[in-house]
Amino acid sequence: MAEVKTKYEHPLMKGYREQLNCGFPQVADVFDDCMEEALSILSKDGVDAYLEAGGFLCRMGRGVEPALIFLEEWPSTAKRLGESALPLVMEFIRKMYKSPNGKAIVPFLQSMAAIARRLPSREQMQDYMDLALNFMNRTTGSIHGIHTTFASPGLPGFYAQTPYLLSQISLQGLKNWVEYGIRNYGDHPERQIDYFSLQSADSKAVMQRERHGTLLVDNERKLDMYLRGLWEHHDYLVPYSLGFDELRKPVPYYDKLGIRLPDVYDDFNGIAGIDRYRATLAHVMGHKRWTTPIFADNFSPFQRMAIEFFEDARIEHLAIQHYPGLRRLFIALHPRPVEGACDPETTSCLRFRLAMLSYALLDPEHGYQDAHLKDFVARFHEIMSKGESSTEDIAGLAISYVARTRRQSDQLARVHFDDTEIDYRDDNRHMWRFHEQSDDEEMFDDHRKVEWEEEPTGLPPRHYPEWDYLSQTFRPDWVSVYEALHPKGNASDIDKLLAKHDALAKRLKRMLDLLKPQEKVRIRYQEEGSELDLDIALRSLIDFKSGSSPDPRINMSHKTSGRDIAVMLLLDLSESLNEKVAGADQTILELSQEAVSLLAWAVEKLGDPFAIGGFHSNTRHDVRYMHIKGYSEHWNDEVKARLAAMKAAYSTRMGAAMRHAAHYLESQKADKKLMLILTDGQPSDVDTKDERVLIEDARQAVKELDQKGIYAYCINLDPKADEYVSDIFGKQYTVVDNIQRLPERLPELFMALTK
Amino acid sequence: MTDKEQYKVHKEPFYQPQSNEIKLYEAAYRSRLPVMVKGPTGCGKSRFVEYMAWKLDRPLITVACNEDMTASDLVGRYLLDANGTRWLDGPLTTAARIGAICYLDEIVEARQDTTVVIHPLTDHRRTLPLDKKGELLEAHPDFQLVISYNPGYQSLMKDLKQSTKQRFTAFDFDYPDAKLETAIVAKETGLDEETVAKLVKIGATARHLKGHGLDEGISTRLLVYAATLIKDGVDPVDACRMSLVRPITDDADIRDTLDHAIDATFA
Repeated sequence: MAEVKTKYEHPLMKGYREQLNCGFPQVADVFDDCMEEALSILSKDGVDAYLEAGGFLCRMGRGVEPALIFLEEWPSTAKRLGESALPLVMEFIRKMYKSPNGKAIVPFLQSMAAIARRLPSREQMQDYMDLALNFMNRTTGSIHGIHTTFASPGLPGFYAQTPYLLSQISLQGLKNWVEYGIRNYGDHPERQIDYFSLQSADSKAVMQRERHGTLLVDNERKLDMYLRGLWEHHDYLVPYSLGFDELRKPVPYYDKLGIRLPDVYDDFNGIAGIDRYRATLAHVMGHKRWTTPIFADNFSPFQRMAIEFFEDARIEHLAIQHYPGLRRLFIALHPRPVEGACDPETTSCLRFRLAMLSYALLDPEHGYQDAHLKDFVARFHEIMSKGESSTEDIAGLAISYVARTRRQSDQLARVHFDDTEIDYRDDNRHMWRFHEQSDDEEMFDDHRKVEWEEEPTGLPPRHYPEWDYLSQTFRPDWVSVYEALHPKGNASDIDKLLAKHDALAKRLKRMLDLLKPQEKVRIRYQEEGSELDLDIALRSLIDFKSGSSPDPRINMSHKTSGRDIAVMLLLDLSESLNEKVAGADQTILELSQEAVSLLAWAVEKLGDPFAIGGFHSNTRHDVRYMHIKGYSEHWNDEVKARLAAMKAAYSTRMGAAMRHAAHYLESQKADKKLMLILTDGQPSDVDTKDERVLIEDARQAVKELDQKGIYAYCINLDPKADEYVSDIFGKQYTVVDNIQRLPERLPELFMALTK
Repeated sequence: MTDKEQYKVHKEPFYQPQSNEIKLYEAAYRSRLPVMVKGPTGCGKSRFVEYMAWKLDRPLITVACNEDMTASDLVGRYLLDANGTRWLDGPLTTAARIGAICYLDEIVEARQDTTVVIHPLTDHRRTLPLDKKGELLEAHPDFQLVISYNPGYQSLMKDLKQSTKQRFTAFDFDYPDAKLETAIVAKETGLDEETVAKLVKIGATARHLKGHGLDEGISTRLLVYAATLIKDGVDPVDACRMSLVRPITDDADIRDTLDHAIDATFA
């Protein structure tokens, strides 16, 4: 030690210290160590630049902290980026220094080394700093638009989260995430802080969208098929997040509510994410099929651990017998402990030994030399060669393994964990039963009061994205749609309305008869057909006999032309419907009611599948979708009663309602699908100031419908509709100016559309 | 007179009975009862009929039904020739004349008005009126009518009328169990049983997915195709993809799952 100390007091060191020109006494504590690292990594010029930068940070009036962190972090950062990146970094710091964001310098420097690990090239670092600079400029506030005076609220939190973010998403993903945050929370300091420090749900959701790897939500159907197809089993797959629990990583498990899996798997060791899910499911299915729970009370914790390892190996062995291809997956995903990596003198090695054994049981070419291990591998295979064996039997083998290989050091607190975690396996909680629920003498759990949970009313909300036209992206799960049955009124009211329009109904009926599927249609002039068309045949025969070439198209065939249209009528039930129609004593709502009744009656006559839904919204958190008529319901009193009770309130968030209605219409089996939207105004809601947002969102929804093969058609009652309706629906709309004529216009429109 | 011999089945087709269907069919034929064979596609319906025709030594006339088929396609029609028109018997008429077994494959594919023409042949009358020709044909004593249909993809539109259904005795076929299916595919193709057992397992995987995106599982016929390809030296994984997965689905998720099943089975 003494020798080292003298080295530190070397005159050269003093020279460097003077070169740094920093008066803070705290620097002295770390300077020698930092310098030693710097000298080993940086060139002569690099060291000069390093000291100069350190000096600048020291003297810029932000206390000692920036300089200390820089001195400590730079050498290791330079090792990855190259020391030539220093001017870049310093220029960036100067920019922060000159802006009101001086406070963010410390978090930036703190995260610098970690970020350099994720972005190990100068170009990427440059991109990252451009991104940060852009972020800073756009979120730093100003007064009167001249001087930037308020520090960016989100910036410090952003720097703190960046290393973690970059471990989950790419630089491009980070850009999108930042962009989203600035756009939506740029002028809301508190929410900006929440967003950029990854506190808000929104922020996590956007990050989730940008993540790399295979997401469970995208592959649920595939995995469900995997279970059904290969394992003849169905279960719910419930994702849990690996993203936010750094200390304790959750492990897959299953209980009666379903199989819990990580929300995302990256490709690993040549195994695609989807196959990692399959491996996990195969393991779980193995347990479901072959594991019988045993009592845990009589085993020590070590014995239990060993039993779990052996049982896992047993069920995987059986699974591999069924699907030999699984062996490749399991081997690739199983950690491969290196023999001798654990020192039994200082560390508890039982876990390590078991992981080694577990690997050896999986891979016949394990190459381990340990005699006990080989012996037990042989015994395991001997047992398995006789049949399926059982959890009980294998537990016996596990216990004798623990007894045979026991070492005093197994009791040590320091446990060797490296290469022993097998992350595709579940936590085996299902394997154990307990005689006693707890070691405590008294159990209080049994006397716990049963709390009456309130029965949930209505369906849980469905979440839909909303289109943000400024960024051309979706805001994930932005809108919550609650669906409920429409309350009931008096069905006879609707019958009265229909009676009132008796004359109109008669006229409609005549039109309907024309629309009904026509019977067979004859197609003549067919070379190949079902029947001989005598007229043409005779003509050909005469041609033939008179020496000219006959027309060979002498057959005819038939086709039936039928209707195959599913219809969804979506009613806007917003407050404005309560207004009286100019020049009449009826409200728009009442007229709509009449029109819808007539249309429903007409469609029922036609026999097309038909559903009616109403919607209104009160902010994005509460969009209500009212079920009035479903496809399986007929036009009966029940439906009429709901229609009779129609009430208007709140606003019009059209896009979400259309997406929700579309998921019903989409599942209809029909050649043509038609969604009619009856509305009296433009999309709007109280929480959205920019009126373009909801118009653009509705337009996007129409595009989505189009992709799903649904034809959206708007019947608009707003005289000023021309300003926006074509933006949303293109040419697929009609504006009904004379609202009083709506009851006859609506069915006519429908028939014209479906003729 | 039409040449009977051309319709005869000369070589014994391989047929592995699943239960006592051969005996039952023979009994039905003794009384000339019309027979309906039901079952999913590729499970051996046609092979069974062919085998029975061979066993009973009767000519077999097979008609594959389709949507465009009309009554005249079954019964017969006038054709033009140099001297005017000439009557040509349809397959059903021919069978009734020569005393063959007439097998209408996938009868539901034919239009309902077409299927009605078989009615007079399938009850005590055993006649076929040829109204265009002005003839009432008495069926030959050896004539028997057999139809097949696949209830699997029956839609509202494609079902037999009760009045048609109730003229037949019926056999319900299904894919054989794994052991039997292995034996069948192995015998049919000469591939070793171990590989065939793997194919059968992949087949079972797809059959579990029926109703979850697949209309029909992988048929025994497709398994035979796969085995034939493998026997010819094609890599088993490629053979399975080509013959078991690609034909039955365009759904990416199902394709992926089945591909994985193949990988998992042929390690």
